[in-house]
Amino acid sequence: MKASAFAYARATSVANALELLTAHGDKARVLSGGQSLLPAMNLRLISPELIIDIGELAELRGVAVKEGVLTIGALTRHVDLLKSSEIAAHAPLLTEAVAHVAHPAIRNRGTIGGSLAHADPASELPACMLTLEAILIARGPGGERRIPAAKFFTGIYETALGPQELLVAIELPVSPGSATHFFHEFARRHGDYAIVGLAAQAVVRDGRFADLRLGFFAVGDRPLLAGAAGKLVDVAITSGVLSGALSALDEELDPLEDQQATPAMRRHLAKVLLARCVSALLGRPDLLSGATA
Amino acid sequence: MTTAVAISFVVNGEHIEASVLPRLNLADFLREYLKLTGTHVGCEHGVCGACTVRVNGDIVRSCLLLAVQAHNATVETIEGVSDSGEIADLQSAFRDRNALQCGFCTPGMLMAAQDLLKQSLSPNRQQIREHLSGNYCRCTGYQAIVDAIETTVRTRAGRLP
Repeated sequence: MKASAFAYARATSVANALELLTAHGDKARVLSGGQSLLPAMNLRLISPELIIDIGELAELRGVAVKEGVLTIGALTRHVDLLKSSEIAAHAPLLTEAVAHVAHPAIRNRGTIGGSLAHADPASELPACMLTLEAILIARGPGGERRIPAAKFFTGIYETALGPQELLVAIELPVSPGSATHFFHEFARRHGDYAIVGLAAQAVVRDGRFADLRLGFFAVGDRPLLAGAAGKLVDVAITSGVLSGALSALDEELDPLEDQQATPAMRRHLAKVLLARCVSALLGRPDLLSGATA
Repeated sequence: MTTAVAISFVVNGEHIEASVLPRLNLADFLREYLKLTGTHVGCEHGVCGACTVRVNGDIVRSCLLLAVQAHNATVETIEGVSDSGEIADLQSAFRDRNALQCGFCTPGMLMAAQDLLKQSLSPNRQQIREHLSGNYCRCTGYQAIVDAIETTVRTRAGRLP
């Protein structure tokens, strides 16, 4: 299908984009890479009156590291995230996750800010932001706002961004050198949206988790930072402890039904991922008995 | 509000000026205005890869790019890379390996394959499959397509000094 008719404005600066957003608000949509927006428009799921194209705002593109903080411009493309040595060094979970975001031709156009602002609950990057404790920086008529990832995603395709605000950058604390990570998703085809996925980061000391953050995606209407991780920190992991964590995860999940999977299947796969994650991060294949998919 | 926008860009080495409605995607512009019908339109939501072209050297989905977004860009279509001889060996390998079948996905497959071969001198079958994972072949001719690309990898490697 084709998108319905709309007016088009090519923003010349962030200030200009904000002026257009202030004037048109929720009748306008911001176009960056367009890899989620244009399919939605072609499928007539949305029909904005005005497209504000921020694609040429080079000031919003790039990765920088300073004083323990990794700053990623909202217009940084997936391909640039994948190739960035700064991200590989300071947020390796993100490098691994981006390889699962769509396909090369889409990664060449799609941007991190677009993916986060689109907030598809089955996409990889929102969950990574929860796991990595990102701060999302929005600019609007009243100035700049710093929104923790945990408060940014509010529902399916819904975020804390106001209709006159523009997501301009993402800040991540540099991952501690002692951190390890786990990323896996079940998808019909490599690069498709996940049926269920997990982006985790941990600090392991003496065979125990000193820290564990579990960002699940495609298990509900928004990414989930699983509280079940609390059952696994600072204790010796036995199969009984793991079972307790799996039950706790089951309690907090509220999976959706769609053409790909039933809620029961999603619950099952999420638990399989948790067991695999714990087993992989601790180097404990003995914990995997019974957890197959 | 939805008036036409002036654009200016280079397609297969030729300077193009046009005035287009914002909703027109690049694939339709190439096919309907420039009659470059090698770029195919399949799903129109970024899943099938039949519309793959190069913009500023990188492969993209031309169904997910507005023609107005290509302003000031350099676009190369299957006609451009075919006429220049850049992918003549790849095209021969597709013929020899029976990787064409109905031919609908072939332009997108060739664009994606050439993109991989430019980035990697010796991709293995798994890497070839991953790079082509965004391109559907509804005849399911994947085995032959991977064979053809693998053959081209070998012949190109043989030409290196």
